[in-house]
Amino acid sequence: MPTQRRSKFMSSLLVNGLLAVICLAWTIPTFGLFVSSFRDRIDINSTGWWTIFPHREQVEIAQLRPEAGTDLSGPMTLGGVTATFEQFQAGIKNPQGQLLTWVGNRRIGYVAVQEVRWTANTTFSLENYKQVLASNNYTAKLKDGTTETQQGDDMAGAFLNSLAVTIPSTVIPIALAAFAAYGFAWMKFPGRKMLFALVVALLVVPLQIALVPILQDFVTLHVNGSFLAVWLAHTAFGLPLATYLLYNYISELPNDILESAFIDGASHFTIFTRLILPLSVPALASFAIFQFLWVWNDYLIALVFLGSKPGFQLITVRLAEIVGSRGQQWHLLTAGAFLTMVLPLVVFFSLQRFFVRGLLAGSVKG
Amino acid sequence: MAVPIPRGAAPSPGGSTNRAGLAVVAVVPFIAALAFLYWGFFFLRDLQADRVLVVVLAIIWGVGGMVLLFTTANFFVEQLPITWTQRLTPIIFVGPAVAMLIWALAIPTIRTFILSLYDSAGLKFVGLTNYVAVLQDPAILSVLRNNLLWIVFGTSFTVGAGLLIAVFADRSSYESAAKAFIFMPMAISFVGAGVIWNFVYAAKPVDAPQIGLLNAIWVSLFHGQPQAWTASFPPWNNFFLIVIVIWLQTGYSMVLFSAAIKGIPSELLEAARVDGANEVRIFLSIMIPTIMGTIITVTTTVIIFTLKIFDVVWVMTGGNYDTSVIATEFYRQFFTYNNNGYGATIAVILMIAVIPVMVYNLRQFAKREVF
Repeated sequence: MPTQRRSKFMSSLLVNGLLAVICLAWTIPTFGLFVSSFRDRIDINSTGWWTIFPHREQVEIAQLRPEAGTDLSGPMTLGGVTATFEQFQAGIKNPQGQLLTWVGNRRIGYVAVQEVRWTANTTFSLENYKQVLASNNYTAKLKDGTTETQQGDDMAGAFLNSLAVTIPSTVIPIALAAFAAYGFAWMKFPGRKMLFALVVALLVVPLQIALVPILQDFVTLHVNGSFLAVWLAHTAFGLPLATYLLYNYISELPNDILESAFIDGASHFTIFTRLILPLSVPALASFAIFQFLWVWNDYLIALVFLGSKPGFQLITVRLAEIVGSRGQQWHLLTAGAFLTMVLPLVVFFSLQRFFVRGLLAGSVKG
Repeated sequence: MAVPIPRGAAPSPGGSTNRAGLAVVAVVPFIAALAFLYWGFFFLRDLQADRVLVVVLAIIWGVGGMVLLFTTANFFVEQLPITWTQRLTPIIFVGPAVAMLIWALAIPTIRTFILSLYDSAGLKFVGLTNYVAVLQDPAILSVLRNNLLWIVFGTSFTVGAGLLIAVFADRSSYESAAKAFIFMPMAISFVGAGVIWNFVYAAKPVDAPQIGLLNAIWVSLFHGQPQAWTASFPPWNNFFLIVIVIWLQTGYSMVLFSAAIKGIPSELLEAARVDGANEVRIFLSIMIPTIMGTIITVTTTVIIFTLKIFDVVWVMTGGNYDTSVIATEFYRQFFTYNNNGYGATIAVILMIAVIPVMVYNLRQFAKREVF
C-alpha cells in the first residue's frame, strides 16, 4: 500500500528531523564556547561567535575625504550624494545602495563607504589559551597589531593540582570499596548485614550535612588545606556508591571459582588480589570513570577543603574565580572553561561504554 | 562466647609461642608503614620543589601508601594463630571502608543535628529556636520556593526530555551519534557549564552588537531590549538556571530510558501494531507502563540531585537576584555569615528531605535474599 509506505517514510523523516534539531540545540552552547576560545579578544567582545560563518554584513570598502577648502558647514558632494555633515553623520545611502557614514568629528573625520557583502570573521589564534595557562604576566598579540600585558591565570598549575587531587581520589575509594565489597560478599562476620545496611542508607545522604564536622576534624588534625584533606573527603563521599556497585558485581561472581581457590589453600588476600580484582575490571572501570568525572568536576568540596589558597586551587575553583573577577573578559573565560573540559571529555568519549554500564548499574550519588 | 582453641596452637605449646613471637615481629612492617606515611605527609606538605615533582610524589604517596597499609596489615594478620586470622581478616577488608563511612558520614549527621540546636557561635544551647527562625524567615521561604521550582521543573523536563529523546533515538537512523551529542554535557563540570551558559545569556548595551546567542535572537528576531536574563524578573530568572541543569542531566535519563526501552519484548509491540494501535497509543499504553520502574528510579535520582544543586547557582548568580537555593543558602550561612546554628539547620532540612528515599532503599535492601 503506497499510502502506508509514504506515511511511514514521513514519520521517519519527522523523527530524524526532530532529533537532529534537538541534537543541534544541545550542542550549540558548547560549540559557541569552543569557537570563541580561539577568537581574538576584540572580536569576541564586539561580534557574535556565529559571525565566523559566511554572512552578509556592511563592509567598509573605501574612505572619502572632502577636498581641501570645502565648506564643512554647508552641503557637500561625496560618493555621489550631496548632503550636510549632519546627514552624513546619521548615515545616508547613495544610488548604488552603498551606505555613507561620517566617522569622527567634522574637521578631521572621513566618510566611510560601506557595502553589504558576504564575509566571515575567521581570525583564530591560541593567544587566549597561552594567556590563561601562563602563571606570570603574559603579553598577548592582538589582531590590530597592538599588545596587551595581563597577569596570567595559572590554569596550567590548576590543571596539575586537579590531577593531584583526582587520581588518588579515584584510586583510594575504589580500593577501599573493593576490599569491603569482597568482605561483604564472601566473608561471614557478625554485624555484616547491619553494616551493609549502613552503606545503603548512606547512599543518598547529602554531603552538605557532613561538610562542617569533617572540616572541624581536619582543622584539629592540621590537614585542612592539603591535598590529603580533599582525598579523604572525596573518598568518604564516594565510598557508599562504590561499595554498593562493587558489591553487586563481586557477589554475582561464580561461587565455584572461589571455592576451588579456597580448597587449594589460598588466603582471602590472595584470592582477592589474584582472582577477584582481575575479574572485576569492568565494574572497577565503570566506577573509576564515574568517580573521576565527579572529582574532576567537583567545586564545593574543593572550595571548602582547599579553598582559594594560592597555588593550591583546583581547575574548577580557578575558573569560578575568573568568573568572579573577570566576568566580562570572554577571551579568558571561554579558553579557561574549555581547559577544564578537555580531560573529562577525552576520558568520557574514550570510555563511554564503561560509563554507561556504571550508570545502568544504579546510581544514587550522595 | 566460648573461646575456641586456636588451631595453630594445637600441635605443641612451643609452636604457639613461636607464632606469638612471629606475630610481634610481623606487626613491625605495618607500624613502619604508618610511620613512614605520617612522616611523608609533613615532608610533602612543606616540600618546596617543582610543582610537577610535588604532584607526582603526592600521587605516589597517596596511592602507594594505601596499598602499603593493606599489604602490611594483611601480612600481620596472616602470621597470627588461625582463629585470630579468621576473626581479623574481615576487619582488614571491611574495616577501613566502614570506619571511613562512620567517621565522615554517619557521625557528622548527628554532629550537624546537634549543631543545629545551638546558637550561631555553637556555644549556647537554644533548642529548636533555629528551626522556628528558619521556617519564619522570608528569605528562607523564598529559597524553599526556588528549590521547589527546581525540583518540579528541573525534574519533569529532565525526565520528559530524556524519555522523548530515547524514544526518538530508538527509531532514528543515527542512534549512537545522537545519544553521544545529548550525553556529552554530562562530562562537563557545573562551573564549566555555568560559563557556557553565561556566554549564551551575555548581554551588551542596546546600541552594541549582541555577543550572547539568546540576546542576539531576542533583539534581532523579536525586536526586544537586551536582557540580563539571570538577574532580572525574579522568580522567572530561576528558569534560566534550571535550563542549564536540564541540559546537563538529560543525557543521564536518556541512557537509562534507552536501555529500558530496548528491554521491552518486541512481541508486545508487534502485537499492539497488528491490533492497529498507533505509535502514540503504543507509547502511552505499552511503553510507559512497562518502563515505570525505570521512570521512578530516574525521577528519584534526579530529584535528589536537584535538591542539592549548588555549583550552578553559585557560579551564575552567587544566590543573588532571588535565585538562592538550600545548598547555596547553607554555604552562605556557614562560610560567609559564620552562622553555624542556622547553617546546620538548613543542612538538617536537606537531610530530612531525602529520608523517604533512604527508607525506600533500605526496604528494598531488606527484601534481598542474599543477606
